Amino acid sequence: MSFFKFTKSASLAALLALSAFPAFADEQHFPLQSYRVGPYASGGTGFFGGFIDYLNLLNDRDGGVNGVKLTWSEGETQYEVERGLEVYERLKSAPGIAAWNPLSVGIAYAMLDRVAEDRTPLITLNHGRTDTTDGRVFPYVFPLLLNPYSESSGIVNYIAERSGGHDKLKDLKIAVLYHGSPYGRETIPIYELLAEKYGFELSQIEVAHPGNEQQAQWQTIRRQRPDFVVLRGWGVMNPVALTTAQRTGFPADKIIGNVWSNSEEDVLPAGEAAKGYTAIVSVSAGTEAPVIQEVTEKVYGAGKGDLADKTRIGSVYHNLGVVNGILNTEALRIAQERFGKRALTGDEVRWGFEHLQLSPERVKELGAEGLFHSINVTWDNHEGEGLVAFQQWDGTKWSRISDWIAPDWALLRPIIEASSEAYAAEQGLKLRTAEDVDKVATD
Amino acid sequence: MTTILALPETSRRILPRPSAALIWSALVLAVAYVAVPLFASRYVIEALLLPFLALSLAAVGLNLLTGYAGQLSLGSAAFMAVGAFAAYNFNLRLGFLPLPVSFVLAGLTAALVGVVFGLPSLRLRGFYLAVSTLAAQFFVQWALSKFGWFSNNNPSGVISVPKLQLAGFSLDTPTGRYLFSLTIVTLLSFFVWRLTRSASGRAFLAVRDGETAAKAIGVPVPQTKLLAFAVSSFVIGVAGALWAFTYLRTVEPAGFNLDRSFQILFMIIIGGLATIRGAFLGAAFIVVFPLLLARAGAFLLGGIFDSGVLDMTQRIVIGALVILFLIAEPKGLAALFDRIGARLSATAARLIGSSSPSPRS
Amino acid sequence: MMDGYEVLFFFEVLVGGLLAGLMYSLVAIGFVLIYKTSGVLNFAQGAMLLFAALTFVSLVNYGAPFLLAFAATFAIMIGLGFAIERTVLRPLVNRPPITLFMATLGLAYVIEGAAQLLWGTQVRRLDLGISDKPMEIAGLLISSFDLVAAAVAFGLVAALGAFFTRTRIGLAFRAVADDQFAALAVGLRLPRIWATVWAAAGFVALVAGLLWGARLGVQFSLSIIVLKALPVLLLGGFDSILGAVVGGLIIGASEKLAEVYLGPYVGGGIESWFAYVVALLFLLARPSGLFGQKIVERV
Repeated sequence: MSFFKFTKSASLAALLALSAFPAFADEQHFPLQSYRVGPYASGGTGFFGGFIDYLNLLNDRDGGVNGVKLTWSEGETQYEVERGLEVYERLKSAPGIAAWNPLSVGIAYAMLDRVAEDRTPLITLNHGRTDTTDGRVFPYVFPLLLNPYSESSGIVNYIAERSGGHDKLKDLKIAVLYHGSPYGRETIPIYELLAEKYGFELSQIEVAHPGNEQQAQWQTIRRQRPDFVVLRGWGVMNPVALTTAQRTGFPADKIIGNVWSNSEEDVLPAGEAAKGYTAIVSVSAGTEAPVIQEVTEKVYGAGKGDLADKTRIGSVYHNLGVVNGILNTEALRIAQERFGKRALTGDEVRWGFEHLQLSPERVKELGAEGLFHSINVTWDNHEGEGLVAFQQWDGTKWSRISDWIAPDWALLRPIIEASSEAYAAEQGLKLRTAEDVDKVATD
Repeated sequence: MTTILALPETSRRILPRPSAALIWSALVLAVAYVAVPLFASRYVIEALLLPFLALSLAAVGLNLLTGYAGQLSLGSAAFMAVGAFAAYNFNLRLGFLPLPVSFVLAGLTAALVGVVFGLPSLRLRGFYLAVSTLAAQFFVQWALSKFGWFSNNNPSGVISVPKLQLAGFSLDTPTGRYLFSLTIVTLLSFFVWRLTRSASGRAFLAVRDGETAAKAIGVPVPQTKLLAFAVSSFVIGVAGALWAFTYLRTVEPAGFNLDRSFQILFMIIIGGLATIRGAFLGAAFIVVFPLLLARAGAFLLGGIFDSGVLDMTQRIVIGALVILFLIAEPKGLAALFDRIGARLSATAARLIGSSSPSPRS
Repeated sequence: MMDGYEVLFFFEVLVGGLLAGLMYSLVAIGFVLIYKTSGVLNFAQGAMLLFAALTFVSLVNYGAPFLLAFAATFAIMIGLGFAIERTVLRPLVNRPPITLFMATLGLAYVIEGAAQLLWGTQVRRLDLGISDKPMEIAGLLISSFDLVAAAVAFGLVAALGAFFTRTRIGLAFRAVADDQFAALAVGLRLPRIWATVWAAAGFVALVAGLLWGARLGVQFSLSIIVLKALPVLLLGGFDSILGAVVGGLIIGASEKLAEVYLGPYVGGGIESWFAYVVALLFLLARPSGLFGQKIVERV
């Protein structure tokens, strides 16, 4: 028995040597470090499902992007950094890689210097390391639409709007309940800065990972009697926050969720307790947008849909995946205008992302009106001035209750630059200038 | 039962002839130093060998504590984290120090922390001690992400390590990192091997096999336990630094979670308690086998099931294999390899004839 | 000086902590049952909890009435208990406890994988029909859900107590717990007893899984609830049901009070490790443990 096991693993070892990538000239490839199991599986299935659904739609409807077919391959990461890296090293030999989209802060961090070396864009839609917004230091990293600092500023602007203007903020008391992890702590200095600027009283309260016990935190909140609670949650922490808030008598409509606390999976387990809860989005939920309709009709209608559960079409994570597909493929389209309608190199796609400017009119043409507002990426601003909106949960679905709001970018930019310049100094990097943008590697 | 680690007789046996062990080690090292850099692909080095080396070293460290000294610990990942963050900070704040010195200081820091969290071992045993080591696991993770100083006030608490350099030479290639890691792992493994054969090593075994008896033959039990915690944490701390500097090149406290501690524990159980090579065999199994399984699964069934189903199945297979292994091969891979080696050399001896007797007959 | 509100607040935190502690006890009791009779620290208890809750909620989603789903899940947990005895425990009989502990880690992988493979990875809502809204009792805000959970915990302890003292098989459990060899010598059939005790632990996992699942949503994170139970076991002893209850109360109360009153000085989020520190300090001060177990002599 033991010997059998030995020979079996020896024969399996041969498989490791196999590299099963057939090379086709006119295909643009998306290697996906997806996660369909583990604690964050619901986010992973929704996001990667939406992404794949949109790629399928383009292939079937338009034959890809200008005739260049879109392909993808998946490697399961379970949201773990080590697995994400293994998948990166495994899949990166595929020809025609367009961009990486890990949807994981940890994996994205570990890929920072690897993608710079391999000259392939790394997209961290709605998340990622804030200072990668600075394209002078991070040419290949794109925290598209919304970085954590803009998210915080957007939330405070919304609270100001709801309370009748920024001058009303100084009479308010805001508590930020955050997850006890690097992700959760990232915005501590920003909220302090915003509190100083607008004069509101601030308390920041940490919830120990994983966040399945929050009795003490919500009792503290009850004692402090804040006007609003900002929830910077994560996985199981979100429904528990809502049920515990109900248990300690804090109203759900005074809780504002951040961009990782805004999905159906965050509110459904909380049931009644989530009614009235509001959360920030950069990509709206709902099935109204024409592109989502088209995905339903053409992709799911043809039995090619990626979501196992069709009722999740139009959910927050699914729409986020679709928009991620739009942004990736539009960057390809923009880069193709310049470099030719063929499969592009990673560096050419990087150029495309650095010119990814989609006006509200263009967004409408793409059938995504209402899904997201617009994007305006430049060589030194890799976030692209994404606007945010707020949605409220009515017990069964999200509905948007605000206009698109702009975060206070001018306030945030100096902090971002200080941080990215410190990184550049630590790593011995030279700051890019506008001339470097058009130097494009063609291999 | 006096100990939760009643060990099989064979694992205590020193290899019959040191020369055989030496020949084997030399052979393995020759392959590792010459053949691997020449022939291994970047994928093999980056995704397999670098994590394998760091985790092997951590397993060597834990084996010293658990296999030799009989103290069950579930906090290995915490000591790895201490090592990783200490190496980063020594390197950052005392930049004039050569990298190996930073690593040694990181190991010493981990040893200090290890002694503190080893103090309960003076009063508790068995699973009570094991569960108490979880305090280290959670406290270290909390402290490292709580105090910004540890991560140089990086807003998200995730650090990117500087490029690997040694005496002015850049080692910032997969092969460079691999050779650096290999050298440290070889040196420390040799050090641990020597230690287990010294008076301290015999004191470890005595404490493991019975504290009362150990006391009776004059072994200072509390000091021995704390020494085991210190040396083990030193080795695990350096392993953590390797994990951060050569493999991930980025570190966040969340990466050193309880799963990692269990993973290291799996390695020494599957590899074989109280053997150095068991730690390496166990690490190889735990690092490579899931990948093989995933590749085989995707290769054979990829078109039919999505990656989630495959991964879940893989989880079941690995869990079942661990159980199967514990049932079928309780002495670990080390014993299995000994048997295979013995059979091979017996066959070899038969083929060559009676002129050279088998070293293992 | 504390004013009236502060005093009230203190008691609210205290009572909330005690009730939360009982939720930990529910998980800890499952560990105790198995440790008592077979000396195994069963790390798969969390996976069993997840498996039970997922099975139950899936059956309910398929339209099964509450009682039927409960009975069916219980039956499945009994089957699981017997299967574990047959495939894992019996082949590992007489092996050192660490081997058995590792085997339960492997088992946790198998059960978690199987649970998600069978029922999917979606987060699901479990509604037991118990309101989680606060009521005011003597000026304190207390959730009725917490009170129900506390009642269930005490009910479970009473039921287990009666089981151990009044039934034949319960007495057999205690005989095995006291002395395996003597129990064997008088003709008790160990495999049967082990299978039964794993089934009983499965039942405890089901009850705990439903209560925790109703609060957290039924999802993968349910399996890491065990980390909340471990300090309770450290304090109360691995083999005492009463210890699990009292330990839960102490851990729950001190952890919540520390988070509220100590947390702000060190930056909060200290619950993850504070419980272990409480348990360790207690053991250092009183090495014989909560109920006089001689831990130093214990394996």
